[in-house]
Amino acid sequence: MQKVAVLGAGLTKFSRRAKETGKELAFYAAKMALEEAGLEIDDIDAVVCVSAPDAFDGVHMKGEYLSDGCGASKKPFMRSYVGGGSGVFGIINGWYHIASGHFNTCLVVAEEKMSSSMPHPQGIFNAIYDQFLERPLGVNLLWIFSLEMQRYMSVHKIPLETIALVAVKNKKNGLDHPCAQEGIPGNYTVEEIVNSEIMCWPVTRLMVSPVTDGAAAIVLASYDFAKKFGKDVIWIEGVGWCLDTSYWTNRDLYYPRYVEYAARMAYEMAGIKDPKKEIHVVEPYDPFAYKELHHLEGLLLAEKGEAPKLLEKGFWDRDTENGIPSSPSGGLLGVGNPIAAAGLMKVIEIYWQLKGKAGKRQVKREVKRGLAQAWGDLMQVGTVVILGK
Amino acid sequence: MEFKGTPLKDRDIKEKKVFYVDWHVKAHYAWDCGIALSYFFEGLKNGKIYGRRCPKCKRVMVPPRMFCELCFHPTDKWILLKDTGRVNTFSVSYLNWDASRREKPQVPAVIEIDGASEGMGILHLIAHPEKIEWENLEEVLKYIKVGTKVKAVWKDEKEREGKITDIKYFIPIKEGK
Repeated sequence: MQKVAVLGAGLTKFSRRAKETGKELAFYAAKMALEEAGLEIDDIDAVVCVSAPDAFDGVHMKGEYLSDGCGASKKPFMRSYVGGGSGVFGIINGWYHIASGHFNTCLVVAEEKMSSSMPHPQGIFNAIYDQFLERPLGVNLLWIFSLEMQRYMSVHKIPLETIALVAVKNKKNGLDHPCAQEGIPGNYTVEEIVNSEIMCWPVTRLMVSPVTDGAAAIVLASYDFAKKFGKDVIWIEGVGWCLDTSYWTNRDLYYPRYVEYAARMAYEMAGIKDPKKEIHVVEPYDPFAYKELHHLEGLLLAEKGEAPKLLEKGFWDRDTENGIPSSPSGGLLGVGNPIAAAGLMKVIEIYWQLKGKAGKRQVKREVKRGLAQAWGDLMQVGTVVILGK
Repeated sequence: MEFKGTPLKDRDIKEKKVFYVDWHVKAHYAWDCGIALSYFFEGLKNGKIYGRRCPKCKRVMVPPRMFCELCFHPTDKWILLKDTGRVNTFSVSYLNWDASRREKPQVPAVIEIDGASEGMGILHLIAHPEKIEWENLEEVLKYIKVGTKVKAVWKDEKEREGKITDIKYFIPIKEGK
């Protein structure tokens, strides 16, 4: 199996509505990633695109539509999609293109343009619910997440104020992200988060990530190709993914076991025995405030029910010296949530942190290895990647 | 590092300050309910909730299915369940399906149905036990907790159509009932 390197990353600004088309956003991110790697499109052997439901864009076969902007003309191309888990699934797909030994280089592009769906993409989202038993009840997308949050809080007796601390942390971290969506990051108090408009209780407005347009891209290469780039190369050390049953009302939502299975797969591949010691920075998926804590537990970086207590102690803060900085980028709550591009933005943050290129967001502690994770479909998929120096 | 992207404002579209192209789609589907759910819906029409048993792991499952997804084995038996259950989790929703706001909240919940295996829940709504509509969050929290016992309120027999909405909603009831 070929070892796989990350040679470059690109990102566009995130916004509620971008003037650029999806193709243009994809091109800007892809070109930036190629430039950092010092490569031309002719150096790329294969292209992977990840993007959320076609119905957002009203464009069927969205992958094919985006392919030109992804640099895929006349190249092997695949588009994959596992809902919110897609961004990290993209680098996983890119990884096995190269690990198979069939390709030397692969460009992975994540694009999302959620603004096209008018007036709000929420209605389109409802089609993820079961058409026989759930949609006739007049569902709203936030139902499932507020139900999961309530279950998690109730099993572990977690106060709402503690969950709100995730939004406080991530929105503050996002202030230092150059691509953050206008009005999303900020300095907030716990009271402001808790007392913001109730959407679906216990979820309040400031505990939800926004609707966003944006794109992200990375360039992957085989060991043979990357070794000429010197010693300062970032490697994919582990990948893992897992899908749980779609009978979500039959699962105990307090714990994402599928995230644990995905993490265990990645840890085993990376030779990691004690993730709490061997993961130095983490970007767990945070479309909702509780999700970051839920995922940190699924990733085995905290015991079940322990992530909120560690949060109160500052264990996940960006400037922690003994803890594990979590979402130093600002995450989806602080930067924005262009679904697939948000997941890849998290991967890119780990890449920049390992490269020492995160600027004001650079974590204090020394980092040799980091993890990014995404989550999605009907609250059922976990995707994990571990990068290391 | 230089990042590209040109943020627009809502009013840029509303006031037609930028070029855009509109498209409206009206899609219509009719989904066949299949083997398991057709039986289940027939049950609802008669005021009954049925689960389905897996002969291998012995789980009694609701929603019912013709195969157990864990054992990957055919299920073999219909089991009549009760129309009572417990709140596994609930939410207090101020949003409609299209993200527009509601003045008075709805309470969606996962309800574990009595007679099915532990943890077997379905999604449904919970109404106020007397006046159906909930006033606000505080009122809901007075009545509903995780673990609260609830009972189905059915549509009149003549109005039932063999749909999940044949159960109008669940209401909280006293323990032991």
